[in-house]
Amino acid sequence: MNVTVESTAGAATAAPELVQLLTPEGERVEHPRFSLETSPEELRSIYRDLVLVRRFDSEATSLQRQGELGLWASLLGQEAAQVGSGRAQRPGDYAFPTYREHGVAWCKGVDPLNLLGMFRGVNHGGWDPNEKNFHLYTIVIGSQTLHATGYAMGITKDGSDDAVVAYFGDGASSQGDVNEAFTFASVYNAPVVFFCQNNQWAISEPTERQTRVPLYQRAAGFGFPGVRVDGNDVLACLAVTRWALDRARAGEGPTLIEAFTYRMGAHTTSDDPTRYRIADELEEWKLKDPIERVKAYLVREGWADQEFFDALEAESEQLARRVREGVRTMPDPDPSSIFENVYAEGHALVDEERAQYLAYAASFDGSEEVGEGR
Amino acid sequence: MASENYTMVKALNEALRRSMEADPKTLVMGEDVGRLGGVFRVTDGLHKDFGDARVIDTPLAESGIMGTAIGLALRGYRPVVEIQFDGFVYPAFDQIVTQLAKMHARALGHIKLPITVRIPFAGGIGAVEHHSESHEAYFAHTAGLKVVAPSNPLDAHWMLRQAIASDDPVIFLEPKRRYWDKGSVDPLGEAPAPLHAARVARPGRDLTLIAYGPMVKVCLEAAEAAAEDGTQLEVVDLRSLSPVDFDALEASVKRTGRAVVVHEAPVFMGMGAELAARITERCFYSLEAPVLRVGGYFAPYPPSRVEETFLPDLDRVLDAVDRALAF
Repeated sequence: MNVTVESTAGAATAAPELVQLLTPEGERVEHPRFSLETSPEELRSIYRDLVLVRRFDSEATSLQRQGELGLWASLLGQEAAQVGSGRAQRPGDYAFPTYREHGVAWCKGVDPLNLLGMFRGVNHGGWDPNEKNFHLYTIVIGSQTLHATGYAMGITKDGSDDAVVAYFGDGASSQGDVNEAFTFASVYNAPVVFFCQNNQWAISEPTERQTRVPLYQRAAGFGFPGVRVDGNDVLACLAVTRWALDRARAGEGPTLIEAFTYRMGAHTTSDDPTRYRIADELEEWKLKDPIERVKAYLVREGWADQEFFDALEAESEQLARRVREGVRTMPDPDPSSIFENVYAEGHALVDEERAQYLAYAASFDGSEEVGEGR
Repeated sequence: MASENYTMVKALNEALRRSMEADPKTLVMGEDVGRLGGVFRVTDGLHKDFGDARVIDTPLAESGIMGTAIGLALRGYRPVVEIQFDGFVYPAFDQIVTQLAKMHARALGHIKLPITVRIPFAGGIGAVEHHSESHEAYFAHTAGLKVVAPSNPLDAHWMLRQAIASDDPVIFLEPKRRYWDKGSVDPLGEAPAPLHAARVARPGRDLTLIAYGPMVKVCLEAAEAAAEDGTQLEVVDLRSLSPVDFDALEASVKRTGRAVVVHEAPVFMGMGAELAARITERCFYSLEAPVLRVGGYFAPYPPSRVEETFLPDLDRVLDAVDRALAF
């Protein structure tokens, strides 16, 4: 058997199969299979998304350090993969995220504050997924790829031309569920795009610990195309995801996109990446920053002036302030809410335990503060 | 339509058919449920009449079946999933416990998962390994799931229709050794009881036997035998394992003063432990004896040649009855 094991981290510009439309230096390049036309206005809008998403993310990291959030899973370094794939979606398309898709949520129009409830500990999600077609964050690795596939099967039954994007990471590619999702999507020709953000690290384990073949090549074994895209190139991510979604809409079935990127921060704020990866690697990836290259392109083309960047900076700070104040004033749930929504139709035991709890709570002085329920 | 002599398989099949006719969003999915009609033929004929789009033969991947059913439910469908045998549900356990059970609460009620998971369960048919498991306690222990087990064709028919109509996920445990038992079912009639009501299967005054699924018949036989000796045993068919109809149990045990819980699953940490504890809390001053339990042993389900040793039978039930009456 002759298996080529590619070096992963650091290979982003070298690998010939990597789809790239904007170099790390901010130079626009063409790709024979994937083209994209972007107006100056659209490019500025993309840049705005990237900047605001990064600012939101860094504010959340700060809020965790200040004790306002129990945990945060930063997307630092993955903005292009998320904004590119997020902007490729139509409102009718459905996204099934992991717990790091803050940039996708942003593009889908989900209020960033919704994403913070789980990390503050006031809920496990809480938003209405159908409002913006953005499903709840899923913490169990890879589970959501099956939900996405089932949802896509439903789209086919409905005769709709909507499509689905299932997000997961390089670590999740090892899970049975992800492989079962590939099988189901393939045999039912489901309109689902599997968008793997290969950020090189599953907590402390490198991609080499998950696979011996490049991840995008896995798709071939399941009978659908796989594409490796420069995950730090927002234009390439947009073009390839749009292409894959178009395929899905046209009844041509699933696609696997491996967005080759890098997690610049820790897995979560509980993690210490200095224990498992070297500083050189980080420095190398800093040169491929997804935002700087768009900025360089905008400036080179003369499509954005200092006034634009200053206004965006002010908008970023405004967003950060709104997030900070929103988190700090986020109310704790009523204690009796733990009994709500356990079942859609009620359950005798839940009702009994709710009544017991309320009676117990009421037995204390000032019981009205302990929680009267509804 | 007049009542007919239905096997449990036929009763279930008719329930699926009527549910699919009533709601075009209702789907049947699982391994071999299509052209074959399921290994127990519960889905027989459905593929012919409803087609590929609504009777879905799936890849052999239980987590995949469960996970895609969740996705279909999120899209507005009402999947009825068949897990081929009890012991094969474990690969889907993660999807059931971490996703199916919790998603409604996680979304603060914004989404519903009206999924019925049919599982042929428990032993007594001489099957090979992994085909005779009683895993009801795992599911009943999980908030967000409803768990039911019919004991006869009439209940099987109506409980399945009720489960499919429910907006909550329901684990529907089919006692496979009762699949070929016959009974009277009128699909045009009315449900004999709400899904979560227990049923007094036989009235009696001396002791309450509590059972569900395959063990109800054993308990009825035990009551028949005890009656010959002048002991009147009341048999309560639990029907629903989550929630449990504790009011019905309390009423029965307060009348009889004694209770024995019978199930196939190992006694240790089983449904019987919960039932005994709750009955003790509710009926302490009415009890003449501790609540006793009869069930499987704390061992893997044995090879079929010795499964009769493992499974509670009439003699083991009556032995426990004697011990309870001796207090």
